[in-house]
Amino acid sequence: MAQGMEIRNLSAWYGSQQVLKEINLPVSPNQVTAIIGPSGCGKSTFVRTLNRLHEIIPGARVSGQVFLGEVDLYAPGVDPVSIRRRIGMVFQKPNPFPTMSIFENAAAGLRLNGVDKRRLAEQVEKSLKLAALWDEVSNRLGQSGAALSGGQQQRLCLARALAVSPEILLMDEPASALDPAATLKIEDLIRELKKEYTIIVVTHNMQQAARVADQTAFFLNGELVEYGPSSEIFTRPKDRRTEDYITGRFG
Amino acid sequence: MLHSYPFRKLLNRAVTVLMLLAVVLALIPLFSILWHTFERGWPAISPTFFTHLPKPVGETGGGIANALAGTGLLILLASSIGVPFGLLVGIYLAEFNPGGLGTVVRFLNDVLTGIPSIVTGMFVYSLLVLTMGGFSALAGGVALGLIMIPTVTRSTEEMLKMVPTSLREASLALGATKTQTILRVVLPAAIPGILTGIMLAVARVAGETAPLLFTAFGNRFWSLRLDQPIAALPLQIFTYAISPYRDWQTQAWGAALVLVTLVLVLNIVARLVFHRDGR
Ligand SMILES: Nc1ncnc2c1ncn2[C@@H]1O[C@H](COP(=O)(O)OP(=O)(O)OP(=O)(O)O)[C@@H](O)[C@H]1O
Ligand SMILES: [Mg+2]
Repeated sequence: MAQGMEIRNLSAWYGSQQVLKEINLPVSPNQVTAIIGPSGCGKSTFVRTLNRLHEIIPGARVSGQVFLGEVDLYAPGVDPVSIRRRIGMVFQKPNPFPTMSIFENAAAGLRLNGVDKRRLAEQVEKSLKLAALWDEVSNRLGQSGAALSGGQQQRLCLARALAVSPEILLMDEPASALDPAATLKIEDLIRELKKEYTIIVVTHNMQQAARVADQTAFFLNGELVEYGPSSEIFTRPKDRRTEDYITGRFG
Repeated sequence: MLHSYPFRKLLNRAVTVLMLLAVVLALIPLFSILWHTFERGWPAISPTFFTHLPKPVGETGGGIANALAGTGLLILLASSIGVPFGLLVGIYLAEFNPGGLGTVVRFLNDVLTGIPSIVTGMFVYSLLVLTMGGFSALAGGVALGLIMIPTVTRSTEEMLKMVPTSLREASLALGATKTQTILRVVLPAAIPGILTGIMLAVARVAGETAPLLFTAFGNRFWSLRLDQPIAALPLQIFTYAISPYRDWQTQAWGAALVLVTLVLVLNIVARLVFHRDGR
């Protein structure tokens, strides 16, 4: 059983511009939670606060609480580095390390923990299989990670995140740079992965959210407008603004 | 006002021709220097020119072995100062977001770049030569090293800034510390550019003469001692070129040819390193 998350009164700023306003959201373990909303509403910022990546931007600031199990990530004395090892992240744009081979990309997180050689190879193979990339790359693990196609690169980034066995997986529009076939592959993966992980996925694509997410949260202008089971959000939204958005009247 | 198509075509031609002409004009001095150096220096070149020491005044023959070794040692000394300092300051500026302090450091670095090298030489003269009681290879190396620092700093900072933020974020999101991120992800991605910057800085100080006049001083004999005056190619060229002896003047051209070739090769290798794997 994976850990869940609990976000309480979370606000975030870039300098003096507030982009997240008092977000309260429970994230159930072993479920897929989709974050939807128009461009610029704060989706990326939101997932970046969940692994404390937001704060690396100069002038960026956060208030509120994010619980991973019993631990508040923003409690004083919590080391962001140790938090990030427990929370995997896949970015909107594939970003494999260009100077590393496919193998080294997948092994990058493990290297940080000083895993011994044999277990390293096992773990790399396991995570590449989990990311459905193994069959395509098993005979050229020494090649540069940058030499793969966009969809393969994204799955390599997924394998890189999975290799360290995180408790939570954050995905920021993981399929936005991919063709329909690769997108479906990623969606299948997400459904498969929730058996072991708690997944939060940002998406612009409402069909995608409806297909893969158990829960959906709708953001607008930095506020969480509505949250609930995807089946309800997409069929019987309670808030007028949610309805306008999912029916395509704006955004 | 929109001119007719034939007119614009003609104008386009005319400007293209003018630009080509300007390029040719700019290249004439470069190639005439190279050709002249080659023409005058080639007669001096022979195996013994590289392996022999200078002959006493009045005797013909002899070589520049001591100056070659001296320049090699001076470059080594200069690099061991200029490279680590330049790298560290460049990394600091690019990766640690020093804000106001960064602006000051960058400004000082630019000032340092613009300081005439003879002034740096004078500074090292009073700092090391006067206190150590004499000219030395060490003082020469320090002077050249100081000249290298701002160039290496600048190129390191610029190359690191070209590394996309997304790579740093990918590394941090994996749970890497800032140091691990810099060492494993950012530096490897920037290393061809940084090496290029270092080689160009080396090429630049290899030909510096003024700061060596009163630090390394020059030496007619073989010496690799750090606390003794040491020979260097540019100093040798200077001494020989202004001498009244025909043979020495030819040797000055020969040494100049060697120096120019060295600088040229460094520049070419630097470009090759930078453009390797299609970057
Ligand atoms: N690095 C930054 N510095 C300053 N402001 C930023 C920065 N990144 C984002 N913002 C601002 O914060 C707000 C939210 O941006 P965010 O990237 O979270 O939106 P998003 O919902 O992910 O949009 P998209 O769907 O287009 O990716 C926007 O108004 C944006 O201009
Ligand atoms: Mg976004």
